[in-house]
Amino acid sequence: MQEKVKVSGGTGLTEKEARSGKIFYTEDSLDCAFAWDTGVAINRYLAEFKKGNIIATECRQCNRIMLPPRLFCELCFVPSGDWVYVKDTGIVNTFSICHVNWDASRIKEGEKPHLPAVIEIDGASEGMGIMHRLGEVEPDQIEIGMKVKAVWRPKAERTGSITDIKYFKPL
Amino acid sequence: MRKVAIVGAGLTKFVRRALETPKELSYEAAKTALDSCGLRLEDIDCVAHGTAPDAFDGLHQNGEYMVDGCGGWNKPTMRVYVGGGTGVHAIVHGWHHVASGMFDTCLVVCEEKMSSAMPHAQGFFLTIFDALTERELEPNLLWIFALEMNRYMNRYGYTKEDMALVAVNNKKNGLKHPSSQFKDEVTVEDVLNSEIMAYPVSRLDVSPVSDGGAAVVLAAESVARRITDKPVWIEGVGWSLDTAYWATRDLYYPRYTDTAARMAYEMAGIREPAKQINIAEPYDPFDYKALHHMEGLQLSPRGKTVELLRDGHFARDGNLPMCPSGGLLGVGNPIAAAGTMKVAELFWQLRGEAGERQVPGNPRLGVAQSWGDLMQVSSVVVVGN
Amino acid sequence: MAILERIYRNIDNRYWNPGVKAFPVKNRYTAGVAGQRFFEEIKENGKIYGTPCKNCGVTFVPARMYCERCFARLDKWVDVGTEGTVFSFTVVHKTKSNEPKESPSLIAAVKIADGLLIHRLGKCPVDDVWIGMPVKAAFKPKKERRGGIEDIKYFKPL
Ligand SMILES: [Zn+2]
Ligand SMILES: [Zn+2]
Repeated sequence: MQEKVKVSGGTGLTEKEARSGKIFYTEDSLDCAFAWDTGVAINRYLAEFKKGNIIATECRQCNRIMLPPRLFCELCFVPSGDWVYVKDTGIVNTFSICHVNWDASRIKEGEKPHLPAVIEIDGASEGMGIMHRLGEVEPDQIEIGMKVKAVWRPKAERTGSITDIKYFKPL
Repeated sequence: MRKVAIVGAGLTKFVRRALETPKELSYEAAKTALDSCGLRLEDIDCVAHGTAPDAFDGLHQNGEYMVDGCGGWNKPTMRVYVGGGTGVHAIVHGWHHVASGMFDTCLVVCEEKMSSAMPHAQGFFLTIFDALTERELEPNLLWIFALEMNRYMNRYGYTKEDMALVAVNNKKNGLKHPSSQFKDEVTVEDVLNSEIMAYPVSRLDVSPVSDGGAAVVLAAESVARRITDKPVWIEGVGWSLDTAYWATRDLYYPRYTDTAARMAYEMAGIREPAKQINIAEPYDPFDYKALHHMEGLQLSPRGKTVELLRDGHFARDGNLPMCPSGGLLGVGNPIAAAGTMKVAELFWQLRGEAGERQVPGNPRLGVAQSWGDLMQVSSVVVVGN
Repeated sequence: MAILERIYRNIDNRYWNPGVKAFPVKNRYTAGVAGQRFFEEIKENGKIYGTPCKNCGVTFVPARMYCERCFARLDKWVDVGTEGTVFSFTVVHKTKSNEPKESPSLIAAVKIADGLLIHRLGKCPVDDVWIGMPVKAAFKPKKERRGGIEDIKYFKPL
């Protein structure tokens, strides 16, 4: 069989070679930060966290209870209708047991793994999940379909952030 | 719309860390593709190029930076970006240029230099999460794949061992690819015993961070027949983006792939893809993802994919070879370039030029797909000879 | 517009500072195939090299691996000397974070062969610079050179 695949370039360097001083490179990092406006819908979502509530919006056309709340329904493309409080309980739609941090560094020996999950919140439409963390649970005890409940920070510590919920724990 | 053919293709080696700059990688791939069909840059009417997140290369407006390496100097040039979906989408994008009648030839070039990102490319993905509702949880990109993989496996009762079979299949295929960065075969045990990163994802379930470039040359029918007697036709294209509220759609099924594939099949006049398609190159940055996409591509019934895999249906000599190139798992994953590499593979396979990797039985129809953004986009290209 | 009315009564979160304030990642840029040799010549020999394309009649500085116009691979390297002319210049009064600088400085595009090198001008009072002015590269002492554009301290008037 004839091989006519054409390949050229892609000169591999090992990390050792790269750092040998013989390979020239520069390094740079952006010394800057970002600040985001919360936007219209998420503003209320975050503000309600401070009070220990989870709030959604309802689409007046398809009647989906949408979480996170949004100014418009992306399916019907109409402005959202009313705000609706939903529960702070839900069901684990899926989860992971993660041994690396956000920057890909490994968690330290003996440190608990991260337990991210998608949680379908009770009171929102079916499948309306949010991403959060699980806690007060052994990793090998987590199951898809498990009922969980939000564990809130003490009121004084809440800042109007998704982390005002520390994590969700099994009910 | 005019018929559009692929007439040439070129790749660089895919490596963990390349000496070349992003433009030099682009040049190597583009020049090789031109040489493969005997064209000069002056024969090219326009350029469609792609590169995934600028942050990897550390160059804002990376597309503009790359332009001279892509042969775009003083030519109509346009970059397309749909994250990991860029590699196949760039072909769709180039197809538009030629099919519309505006240009007779188009050079499509994709490049990725992930090694620029330090300490690891994953860290740069923090900024793809919603700043207000997700990022404070300090998510790692692996989370969303792990969450999706777990959901998918749970839904159909697939096991980690089932998923590992994909890594084994693709990595074995990849050993015969001249661009591949791997030398050793892996076994199911190797995959299962590799370091756990984010359950259910272990290290060998994942394709490696890579640097590389890939390019193809597109031409309108009248021109294509003058360039080669073996043009490979783009029979159908499709693409689709699902909502960015990724946690609010059930992750077990890639609806975006379904939509994109149906669009491409309709255009290609394919009614029974699972019977008609001879080769599939689904996007496989993770092993489970290849199967997930095979279902979305309508090439395997939902929930029966592992059965087919275990029966050898997707092996190189099976009924529907999956990732004969080796895919991202077997060749490497320089994001945008990896998608274009898949289309290049179909080009060689359909011409009978894939050497040791050649799929037997004179394959006539192939489909390539790539996937990306916040796990929400699919781009699909159907090619035939 | 029920939602809007309600929202404006809840403006206590309008501006958000991220949890991860700095973003401690960096990029490493290799000089590349051509850049590697270009900087090697600067570092080891204090020479500036260009790559001519014979099809296009252009000599690229800094040296490149390929001609962007005709896509020829450029294998021939030529010493283009260390002198050039000021093609254009700017007087910089602000730092990159937009603070006033202690004293203004000169940045020039220096034309060497058919290429431009962006660099500082030194030993040149701000009022004395002119477009077309001949300049010469002032290199750092050899042992301080690392293989980068900073191996040239600045360009100075001839
Ligand atoms: Zn709606
Ligand atoms: Zn030239």
